[in-house]
Amino acid sequence: MSTTTERATGTTGTASRTVVVIGHGMVGHRFVEALRSRDTDSTWKVIVLSEEADAAYDRVGLSSYVGAWDRSALALSGNSYAGDDLVELRLGTRAEQVDRRTRTVTTSTGEVVAYDALVLATGSYPFVPPVPGHDSEGCYVYRTLDDLDGIRARAEAAIARAAAEGREANGLVVGGGLLGLEAANALRLLGLTPHVVEFAPRLMPLQVDEGGGAVLKGLISNLGVQVHTGAGTSSIAAQDDGRLAVELSDGTALLTDLVVFSAGVRPSDAVARAAGLAVGERGGVTTDTACRTSDENVWAVGEVAAVEGRCYGLVAPGYTMAEVVADRLLGGEATFPGADLSTKLKLLGVDVASFGDAMAATPGALEIVHTDATKGTYAKVVVSDDARTLLGGILVGDASAYTTLKAYVGREVPGDPGALISPAGAELGADALPDDAVICSCNNVTKGSICGAIAEGACDIAALKGCTNAGTTCGGCLPTVKKLLVDSGVELSKALCEHFEQSRAELFEIVASTGIRTFSGLLARYGTGTGCEICKPTVASILASTSSDHILDGEQAALQDSNDHFLANIQKNGTYSVVPRMPGGEVTAEQLITIGQVAQDFGLYVKVTGGQRIDLFGARVEQLPAIWQRLVDVGMESGQAYGKSLRTVKSCVGSTWCRFGVQDSVGMAVDLEHRYRGLRSPHKIKFGVSGCARECAEARGKDVGVIATDKGWNLYVCGNGGQTPAHARLLASDLDDETLVRYIDRFLMFYVRTADRLQRTAPWLDSLEGGLEHLKAVVCDDSLGIADDLEAAMSRHVEGYQDEWKAVLDDPEKLSRFVSFVNAPEEADPTIAFDESGPRKVPVLLGLPTVRENV
Amino acid sequence: MTTLITAPPIDEVAPTARTVIRPGVLPAPGAKQWVPACPVSRLVPGRGVAVLLPGGGQAALFLLPNGMIYAVGNIDPYARAGVISRGLTGDRAGEPTVASPLLKQVFSLRTGAALDDPEVALPTYAVRVQHGLVRLGVPHP
Ligand SMILES: Cc1cc2nc3c(=O)[nH]c(=O)nc-3n(C[C@H](O)[C@H](O)[C@H](O)COP(=O)(O)OP(=O)(O)OC[C@H]3O[C@@H](n4cnc5c(N)ncnc54)[C@H](O)[C@@H]3O)c2cc1C
Ligand code: SF4
Repeated sequence: MSTTTERATGTTGTASRTVVVIGHGMVGHRFVEALRSRDTDSTWKVIVLSEEADAAYDRVGLSSYVGAWDRSALALSGNSYAGDDLVELRLGTRAEQVDRRTRTVTTSTGEVVAYDALVLATGSYPFVPPVPGHDSEGCYVYRTLDDLDGIRARAEAAIARAAAEGREANGLVVGGGLLGLEAANALRLLGLTPHVVEFAPRLMPLQVDEGGGAVLKGLISNLGVQVHTGAGTSSIAAQDDGRLAVELSDGTALLTDLVVFSAGVRPSDAVARAAGLAVGERGGVTTDTACRTSDENVWAVGEVAAVEGRCYGLVAPGYTMAEVVADRLLGGEATFPGADLSTKLKLLGVDVASFGDAMAATPGALEIVHTDATKGTYAKVVVSDDARTLLGGILVGDASAYTTLKAYVGREVPGDPGALISPAGAELGADALPDDAVICSCNNVTKGSICGAIAEGACDIAALKGCTNAGTTCGGCLPTVKKLLVDSGVELSKALCEHFEQSRAELFEIVASTGIRTFSGLLARYGTGTGCEICKPTVASILASTSSDHILDGEQAALQDSNDHFLANIQKNGTYSVVPRMPGGEVTAEQLITIGQVAQDFGLYVKVTGGQRIDLFGARVEQLPAIWQRLVDVGMESGQAYGKSLRTVKSCVGSTWCRFGVQDSVGMAVDLEHRYRGLRSPHKIKFGVSGCARECAEARGKDVGVIATDKGWNLYVCGNGGQTPAHARLLASDLDDETLVRYIDRFLMFYVRTADRLQRTAPWLDSLEGGLEHLKAVVCDDSLGIADDLEAAMSRHVEGYQDEWKAVLDDPEKLSRFVSFVNAPEEADPTIAFDESGPRKVPVLLGLPTVRENV
Repeated sequence: MTTLITAPPIDEVAPTARTVIRPGVLPAPGAKQWVPACPVSRLVPGRGVAVLLPGGGQAALFLLPNGMIYAVGNIDPYARAGVISRGLTGDRAGEPTVASPLLKQVFSLRTGAALDDPEVALPTYAVRVQHGLVRLGVPHP
C-alpha cells in the first residue's frame, strides 16, 4: 500500500495537536462538541472517522424514523461542524487498525492518520444469537438507519405478498427487552403483526420485576402484539416461498415474514482488542474513571467503554464520559462519577419506568407494591429496612410519579412510603425535594439550578429549557419542572398586558362564549383602562378569527396594527410594501405585466420574496388605493403579507411537470391557499407543499407542510423558520385529499384558539401539555370532542372570505383614510426620500446626510 | 383546554352617542398660529391622522374614545420617519399613550415623553375645537 501519513501541519489555526475520534455516534458527536466549545485556544484539531455514511444522528429516537422515513429529522444538531475548520469529519470511513507505537490509525480507504490522542467511540453492535439459520435472508438487527430501511423494504414486500395470498403479514422479534419492544412497535407501524419471543419469564427482565412484567404483558398483548415469554429461539429456516419457519424452545412453530434480533448489544471493541488494549471480561475497553484506557494516549467513551470494568448501555452516561475526556484533554481533572441507570419510556403507548434499586437487591430492603388490574397499572417502591429511605422502584402503566420519586432515591421519605404509590395517597410534592435532587437526568439538571433560573426571571417552560437544558432530551421531567414553576410562587402570569389579566386563549374563549364583539365591551367587562398596542391587535385578531367582518369595520378599525390598518407592510421610512397574493406561486402573464407597470409608474423597488411572490416597496400611504385598483382589476387579491394570518403556500412544480413528482403539489397548494387565505391567527402562518419526498418546497420548514407520497399526502405541522428554526413534525401519513384538508382545518383552528399572542406554531407545540402526541390525539382521534366545532369554524371562515382590498376600494369611507395629511390629502410627505444612486433603490431617513461631505 | 367562561352574553355596549371633545394639551404661553386640521367628524376614536404644518413640519393628531384630543410631533425620533400618527393609542397606568408603528416605543400623548427613555420626547401642540373644526396651535416663527 502506498500511503502517506498525514501529520497535522499546523496550517489550520494554532492547533498543534490532533485527536482522532473513531465512531460518530451520539457520544462521539457530544465529545467533539464538548471539546470544541471548551478548547478556546484551539489547541486540538479533531479528525472523526465514521463508519456510517450519515453523520451522528439520534439513535435513541431511531424508532421515530418509521413513518416519516426522513433521515434529516434525526440528525443531531451541529453534526456537520459547518464553519469549524478544526473539525474534519470523514463519513463512510471505517477505522481498520490502530498502531499505538507509531500513533496512527489506518482507515478502510487506505489512509493512515496520525494522532496525539485517540478517542474510541465505537458504541455497540447488536448481539445475534448463533441459532441455526440466524443469517437467513429476512433476518435483521435494529441499530442503524440502514437497518430500518432494510426492515421497511422487506415488510412492504411481505405485506403485498400476504395481501395477494389473503393472509396477514407478520414479523418476529427475538428479545423482549426495551429495544425488542421498540422493534415490535416499529413492525406494528409498518403493518405487520408482531410476535415477541423472550427467553426470560417476563418482558423487560432487566427493568421490571415479575409483577410489573405481568401487567406489562397484559397491556402489550392488548395492543395486538403476540408475546411468548420463557421461550428461546431454537432454529430459523428459510422456506421456498421466502418466509421463515421459526421454532421456539417450547415447541411452538411459527411462520414469519421477517425476524428482528434484539437480544442485547456487545461493545464494538474489535479494533481496540487487535491493538492490544485491555478489555473487560464481558467485552468493552477497560478504562479508569478518567476514561483513559491501558494506553495513556487512548480514551474510550460511550457504550464501548468499560469504566472500571462496567459498560453502560444508555446515552446519558456516555455523554458524561465525553465531557470527562474533553476536560482531560484540556488539562482538567474530571472523573466519571458513575451513572444512574434509571429508565422511563413509553412503549407502544405504555409507560414503563424503573429507577434506583428496582429489584430490591439491597440487604433488608422492603418492597411495597400497588397493582390495579382494571386500570392496568403496577407500582412498586423499594425502601430501606426501616421503611424510611427510598431505594428504588418500578412503575408500569402510569409513570407520572417517576421524576419526583427518582429524585427521592437515597433520601428519607416524608411520611408513609406506601402513600407514595397508593392512588389515594398524598402526591409527593416537588417542593419537598432538596436542591441537589436531579430533576432532569438526561442533562443532569438539579432542582437547585431550575429554581435558580426561575429566581433569575425564567418564567415559563420555554425559558427554563433555554437556560437550564432541562427537559430538552426526553422531556420526561417536564411535568415536574412545570410544578416547580408553579410552586415557586413566581406567579405564572398569563396576563396579556396591564389591561387584561387573561391570556389570549382565555380571551378567545370569552369572545366565543359571550358573543361580545367589541373591544370596548370586552374591556368594560373583563379588563381595565383603555387598552394598548398589545391588547388591541390581539383582540382585533380574535374578532377577525371568529367572524368574517372586514377588519376595518366600525370600532375594529381603531384596534388594528398600523399594517393591518393600511393593509400593507410598513417599512423603515414609513412607506409601505405591497404584496399581491399568488396562490401556490402561480401568476398569469397579464398580472405580471401589470405588476411591472405599477412598479414603473409608482417608482417601486421590486423584490421576489421567499414565499414565491412579489414584493413592491416604497409606496406612500396615499398611493396604496391607486396601486391596488390596478392589481384588483387584473384579478389579484391582498396577500395579507401585513397580517398575522396565512401568508403563502409555497409549492414545487409537482407531478404535472416534474419527472419525480407523485402528486399534483401545485394544485393542492392553490386549493389550500384559497381555503385558508385571510385567516387571522396568533402569528403568521406559512404552508409548503412538495410533490415528492425530495421536498423541493421545503415544506418541513413551514407551519403546515404537505409532502406527497405514492399513497397520498404526509402532513407535517409546526415547522418554523425565523430565529429558532424547527422542523415540522409528522402528524399523519398517507392521507387522501379530503382527510388532509379536514386535519388541517382542525389543526389551524385549534392553534388559533389556544395559542398565545405572537406564539408561532413550534413554541406553541412545545408548550402544549402532552406535546405532539396530544396534538395528534386532538386532530386525528378527536380526543377532546371538538373536531366538529373546529371544522365548522373553519367552514364559516371559508364561506365568509372576502378580499380585504377590494372591499376597501368599494367603500369611500374606508378609502378616505388613505391620505398623507388630513389637511393636505394629495401632498406627498416631504420627509420621504430615496437614494437611487447605488445598485438598488433604498429609503433615506430623516436627518441623515444624503451627500457625504469630503473634508 | 383553557378556562371555561360561563358568563351570559351581555348586550353590546352601545357606541358612545356623543363624544364630548376636550383638548388634551393646554396651550403653552405665547402667541400662536392656529392651523386648521380637519372637522372632528373626520377623526376615528382611538386613531390618529397626520397634519401638515406651515413650514413643512408635521403633527400627529389623535382623538381618544373618551373624547380627549391630543397633538404631538409626527416624526418618530427613533426611526426618523413620519409615522407617529399611524401608531396605536392606549394607556399605561392611566397615562394616554401612542406606540410607534415601527419599533413600538411608547410616548405619552400628554407630554410627548418617551415612557421608557427619559432623554427622548415628541413635541406637543395645543389643540382647539371651534365650530366642529380642530385647530393646532403652532408657535409663530
Ligand atoms: C432503538 C434504540 C433505542 C434506544 N433507546 C435508548 C433510550 O431510550 N435511552 C438511552 O439512554 N439509550 C437508548 N439507546 C442506546 C443509545 O442509543 C446508545 O447508548 C448510544 O447511541 C451510544 O452512543 P455511542 O456513541 O457510544 O455509540 P453509537 O451511537 O452506537 O455510535 C457508534 C458509532 O461508531 C461507529 N463505528 C463502530 N466501529 C467503528 C470503526 N471501527 N470505525 C469507524 N466507526 C465505527 C458505528 O458505526 C456507530 O455509528 C437506544 C438504542 C437503540 C438502538
Ligand atoms: S419535490 Fe419532488 S415533485 Fe417537487 S419538484 Fe422536487 S423532485 Fe419534483
